[in-house]
Amino acid sequence: MILGSINPAVLMAALMVAATPILLAAIGELVVEKAGVLNLGVEGMMIMGACIGFIVAVNTGSPIIGFAGAALGGMALALLFALLTQALMTNQVASGLALTLFGLGLTALLGQQYVGITPPRTPRLDLGPLAEIPFLGRAFFRHDIVVYLSIVLVGAVWWFLKYSRAGMILRAVGENHDAAHALGYNVKRVRVLAILFGGACAGLGGAYLSLIRVPQWTEGMTVGAGWIALALVVFASWRPWRALAGAYLFGGVVVLQLNLQAAGVRIPVEYLSMSPYLITILVLVIISSGKGRGSLNAPGSLNRPFHASN
Amino acid sequence: MKKLLTAAVLSAALATPALADTTKAGFIYIGPVGDFGWTAGHDRARREMAEHFGDAVETTIVENVDYGADAERVMTQMAISGTDVIFAASFGYGPDVNSVAGRFPDVAFQHATGYIQDHPNISLYDARFYEGRAVLGHIGGKMTETNTIGYIASFPIPAVIAGINSAYLHAKAVNPDIQFRIIWTYSWFDPALEADAAETLIEQGADVIMQHTDSTAAIRVAEDAGVMAFGQASDMTQFGPNAHLTAIVDNWAPYYISRVQAVMDGTWEAQNSWLGFADGIIEMAPWNDRIPAELQEEANGLVAAIAAGEYHPFTGPINRQDGTPWLAEGEVAPDGDLATMDFYVEGITAELPN
Repeated sequence: MILGSINPAVLMAALMVAATPILLAAIGELVVEKAGVLNLGVEGMMIMGACIGFIVAVNTGSPIIGFAGAALGGMALALLFALLTQALMTNQVASGLALTLFGLGLTALLGQQYVGITPPRTPRLDLGPLAEIPFLGRAFFRHDIVVYLSIVLVGAVWWFLKYSRAGMILRAVGENHDAAHALGYNVKRVRVLAILFGGACAGLGGAYLSLIRVPQWTEGMTVGAGWIALALVVFASWRPWRALAGAYLFGGVVVLQLNLQAAGVRIPVEYLSMSPYLITILVLVIISSGKGRGSLNAPGSLNRPFHASN
Repeated sequence: MKKLLTAAVLSAALATPALADTTKAGFIYIGPVGDFGWTAGHDRARREMAEHFGDAVETTIVENVDYGADAERVMTQMAISGTDVIFAASFGYGPDVNSVAGRFPDVAFQHATGYIQDHPNISLYDARFYEGRAVLGHIGGKMTETNTIGYIASFPIPAVIAGINSAYLHAKAVNPDIQFRIIWTYSWFDPALEADAAETLIEQGADVIMQHTDSTAAIRVAEDAGVMAFGQASDMTQFGPNAHLTAIVDNWAPYYISRVQAVMDGTWEAQNSWLGFADGIIEMAPWNDRIPAELQEEANGLVAAIAAGEYHPFTGPINRQDGTPWLAEGEVAPDGDLATMDFYVEGITAELPN
């Protein structure tokens, strides 16, 4: 009787919703890191997207325009990061952390007038007969468009990095920026574009929280989702499909523990909430151990500043 | 240049005595003042207090302060910069308050919902939230159609556990078939997680959601799902006009005013205050119209009886969850038991985490 109250189809559906914000942010950060840049400001860009997306959606009445605004908001913050780290050659880790603090503070100010407002509703995508399939319909085919967009984005990033010429240049820049530079590629331009893409994705992820999952604007509402996204990139060892699997795993842990608790099953919640971080630490330990970065796929030039005179 | 600086420092030093009759009160909060819940309640009281005293008081706030090193740093900074009284408005600040208070014996510390009082300059204050929870339980028990109440709880600390027990006992009293489903979020403020928790509870059959977490996310989810919910710490009606039945509203202002007044008069001394309906520290938000008039009357009566001291929400016979007796027939729970409560009462099927 205890587990009987949990409906697996609903669980799957909730898992996809819970995973979408971190997946969006993670896939963006994955591209950024593939280009050799470590942007720790994901949390800041997410909250920026959550706030700007909410403001735009409320004022225009359109969640779609809201999401576009969120992407731009995330990009604006990312541009600041690009300016600092690529033009002014500041330390990436410090700049990223500063970006998070800046984003949290700025949105607290911008969003003040928007607390307690209900955003326009994002409709579910009408998939017609698919939504009526028993089990599968409820689990996979009754979502809003952003859930599907996030999966398409993962596929697109995978294809881009693996098969497109531009993607290969981006990877070359991330693996060895000196070699890429010697071949005549514009390292900084590639990195700036990657950083902007990362900002847009993080913005979308944030807006998913404020426009669909919660849906309302509250100061500091991302509560660490950006950090989980960062962890996810490492966890996925910089592979897009693994990022998807990781996001669904993390989302699944959250949703499953809520369901088990509600069903009255006693579970160690503290350990479950720790698990994403523990797994990431484990992956980091393995990466830094003897086997070398190559076997785990970490970009060779990650977090190394590039200057053409080097 | 050096002279100029010295002059500036001197004039600043000279100016200080002129400000000496301004009492400085510092507030540190666990969440944002815009949470529309717990922290918002404290800040509402701070503003009322500041308005009451006008120029005689100067208030400072720091929001989103984590327990531990962060809280110590903020309070130390406040103490060094001449703050007379510091209000630490969350349970988890206990060790930090005690460590800072030891170093600044001349600063008055006010710790909300705490229990550690190692120094003579620490006052504890708390509200008898379980009194309000009794009213919520009574209303929820009568309003539910699925006989299932979903409860979003933060941390398994005595105040939260006592709240669950009180709500359960009073729901059970009016609805013998009542069932509680409880989710612990291990966070005071995580809108996305609270929204997910509410959805999960509704999916598992709850049609009334109670929360002991600070965001308004669950109210919104309940509104969308067409079920009922109770707000937390502040009136959350605007987030779910249909769903929101009522809320326990914290009203710390009278207490804050009296304590700051005591600091001004030099009569401040350490206390341990536990205040309830009788003191006006907690109030019920206006009843939603969907609560039948008869039930509104009952709820009003319950509030009045508790305020008048005629009725205590924990009146025996009450057994612990494992069936061992806790309170005998007619016995009223001693405050000490409530302040350290670490068990569910009989009838709750969930297991209490450690």
